[in-house]
Amino acid sequence: MWGVEPILRIEHLRVEYPPNRRGELPKVAVKDLSLRVYPGEVFGFLGPNGAGKTTTMNVLLGFVHPTGGEAFLFGVNVKEPIARQRIGYLPEMTYYYRFLTAEEILRFYARLFGLSSVEADRRIQRLLKLVELDHACRRPLKHYSKGMQQRVGLAQALINDPDLLILDEPTSGLDPLGRMKVREIIQRLKNEGKTVFFSSHELGEVETVCDRVAIVHQGELKVEGRVEELVRSHQANLEQVFLRIIGYPTSLAA
Amino acid sequence: MKRCMALTGVVIRELYRRKDFYVLFVLTALITLLLASIQFFEDLRMVRYLREVTLLLIWISALVIAVVTAARQIPAERESRTIFPLLAKPVSRGEVVMGKFLGVWLATGLALAVFYGFYLLVGTFQGAPSSWLLGFQAFWLHWMMLAVVVSMAILGSLLFSAPSVNSTLCFIVVTGILLLAGHLNIIAGSMPGLWGALLYGLYFALPHLELFDVRDLLIHEHPPVAWGAFAVAGLYAAVYTTLFLIAAWWLFRKKPLST
Repeated sequence: MWGVEPILRIEHLRVEYPPNRRGELPKVAVKDLSLRVYPGEVFGFLGPNGAGKTTTMNVLLGFVHPTGGEAFLFGVNVKEPIARQRIGYLPEMTYYYRFLTAEEILRFYARLFGLSSVEADRRIQRLLKLVELDHACRRPLKHYSKGMQQRVGLAQALINDPDLLILDEPTSGLDPLGRMKVREIIQRLKNEGKTVFFSSHELGEVETVCDRVAIVHQGELKVEGRVEELVRSHQANLEQVFLRIIGYPTSLAA
Repeated sequence: MKRCMALTGVVIRELYRRKDFYVLFVLTALITLLLASIQFFEDLRMVRYLREVTLLLIWISALVIAVVTAARQIPAERESRTIFPLLAKPVSRGEVVMGKFLGVWLATGLALAVFYGFYLLVGTFQGAPSSWLLGFQAFWLHWMMLAVVVSMAILGSLLFSAPSVNSTLCFIVVTGILLLAGHLNIIAGSMPGLWGALLYGLYFALPHLELFDVRDLLIHEHPPVAWGAFAVAGLYAAVYTTLFLIAAWWLFRKKPLST
């Protein structure tokens, strides 16, 4: 990828959380993390719980300010809201205004991206069809099932036709059919040349869809590389590589 | 501005879909209608007394709607976690604060316009019309005062995460200012030394919300407020509102939000 500008760039990122009690040291969530994601890649961001994945994503999305280092999206510092103009974000859980209908939510987000009403209408109709919610688009979200709310989440993440999609454990809590659909959508986005950056605990799924992965543990980047290279160099599948890297004896896992 | 207006639209939509807002709104409108339409043997004192009660009710209802709604805006976004997909869009935290403020303020203004409209219409139909010009001025000054209150409650919501604590403190502060702020300088003058100086400081620092209260002029059928004073009052409210909103933005931009 030499000579290609990264879409997502993290430089020596450090995030500390203030201590809960007086006398305690600040909790270091991310230590000196540097990462690059290039256009058209599907990048898996892996690590056990508490490794610093969500904190890193929170920095990228502007929810948390870094203690040190910097992060850039499309060359713009993530501190600037405009850095998020070309991204779509799907949170792990569905958090949307329950008093709005799917159509109203999508229209609201379309307005935040500055889309014209005609363009917004066109995209809303297309996305509602894509996530198979066109029949229920006038019902408030409070009457939706969990699966339907997840699909609204996916539609809102795609409303601005993003070049980079940030997905936080997109298949967590979904049934096998839902997982398959998310995998299909990631694959389709990849075929369209979009970049996908996602965290997941489903290592089999990561192995199937990702071009490159990074494994973080205790806030530090342990390894980064192409999936097939990691698997070949460790002579093991991705799950075993992951367990070795985080220091879990693979004999126990077997 | 487009993004602010989108946020404003969601706040207004939420308000008219919430049952508690409807109940308070309809109840106040009905009581206003009822109270203002009762005539007691054309006794002027009784008419004025009822006008006073009606206007007091309008003031209390508008204050409740403004404070309770403003106090819950940002905490509710955080509690329901809708703040995350929102801030993942190209929206600054300043725009969120501004959008929330405009939404609550416009909705409160709408409710207020209906209340004052009822009051003036019923007075006209009963043959005891108030000055429509003074009625408009009373509405406008009241609405300007609520801009200060709404921005104060939004600032409070970033200092106290529980909306109930914030609402209670806001009610105490606003009622305290309305009842006491105008007399602080007299009390300060009677107190020597540091306490006197502190009270003087407070007198000049507090927003004098009581200046926006022209109910007595309306009840006793005084002539309208001079336009110069009217414009200065609007400017005064704008300055305090801006200061509170800047403070809210300052606090909010520093706040980490962990998913």
